Amino acid sequence: MTAHTHGDGHQHPHPRQPDVEDRPLTYHMALTAAVAELLVAKGVVTADELRRTVEDIDSRHPGDGARVVARAWMDTAFKARLLEDVNDAAAELGIDCGGIPIRAVENTRRLHNLVVCTLCSCYPRMLIGLPPDWYKARAYRSRAVREPRAVLREFGVTLPDDVELVVHDSTADMRYLVVPARPDGTDGWSEEALAAIVTRDCMIGTALPRSDAPRSGGG
Amino acid sequence: MAEETHMHRRHHDMGGLDAGPIDRHEHDHAPWEKQTDAIMRLLVAKGVMTVDELRRGIEELGPGAYDAMSYYERWISSITGNLLEKRILDPAEIGRTMDEVRHRHETA
Repeated sequence: MTAHTHGDGHQHPHPRQPDVEDRPLTYHMALTAAVAELLVAKGVVTADELRRTVEDIDSRHPGDGARVVARAWMDTAFKARLLEDVNDAAAELGIDCGGIPIRAVENTRRLHNLVVCTLCSCYPRMLIGLPPDWYKARAYRSRAVREPRAVLREFGVTLPDDVELVVHDSTADMRYLVVPARPDGTDGWSEEALAAIVTRDCMIGTALPRSDAPRSGGG
Repeated sequence: MAEETHMHRRHHDMGGLDAGPIDRHEHDHAPWEKQTDAIMRLLVAKGVMTVDELRRGIEELGPGAYDAMSYYERWISSITGNLLEKRILDPAEIGRTMDEVRHRHETA
């Protein structure tokens, strides 16, 4: 996308995505570039602020949330603080979650939590990055509150009937972080090894951490 | 409860409706999508626009436009609409700048 502009001749830092960037410029792509250019020209924002904000967006990823969960598994006092105030607890690990409160909801052997935003796409993006496409799409938003067990089965999660399921509908002013239950078979694991099995979907509630999971992180 | 039958559910308010299977395919965010997100964050940080205004603009897209647009297409449409309302931008300069952007793209 050679026309992409930061208005300052700045070399674009992102890896090229030929399948996306070599497409013709769509109406909305041109609109975005034009709005950015005009806001810079009018002094509403600076090109440098735009660049740094994109870098900040790129720097947010599920690994931060996974570190918080792994610490909670290792340290019950930390877990208590996390359940009290996620933003404060994350700050202890050097993670700045911004000003919108995030509430931790803890999975147990008897209770499973699932997060959705039926109206839009609210999500703890400052802690675990941008939401996946399905989180923002009609099927998940519509069905998660009506037939959550069926939704979970589509994600490969079959909850036993005696496990209570609580669905949390997020708002712009309150986002949720699922703290999954630590799986069996992880005794003696390092905090880093534990964090590696806490995937993004585990923190949304559409997956469960597995001690036999491939240790590729991400998710 | 009788009142409820007269309540109008707007198209963005889809919780509990029927819908098909979940498409779990994911795409990497394109630069223009991150740019849109960054514009919004900065406008909020500077007190130019609020998240509620973003949502209002998205929710006021007609049902057809809402469903035809991708996620960040809705965002930049709402952001632009809000900036026009606030008279921070005007339609003519947006059109002119979009033409310049397209011209640069074609000749790059």
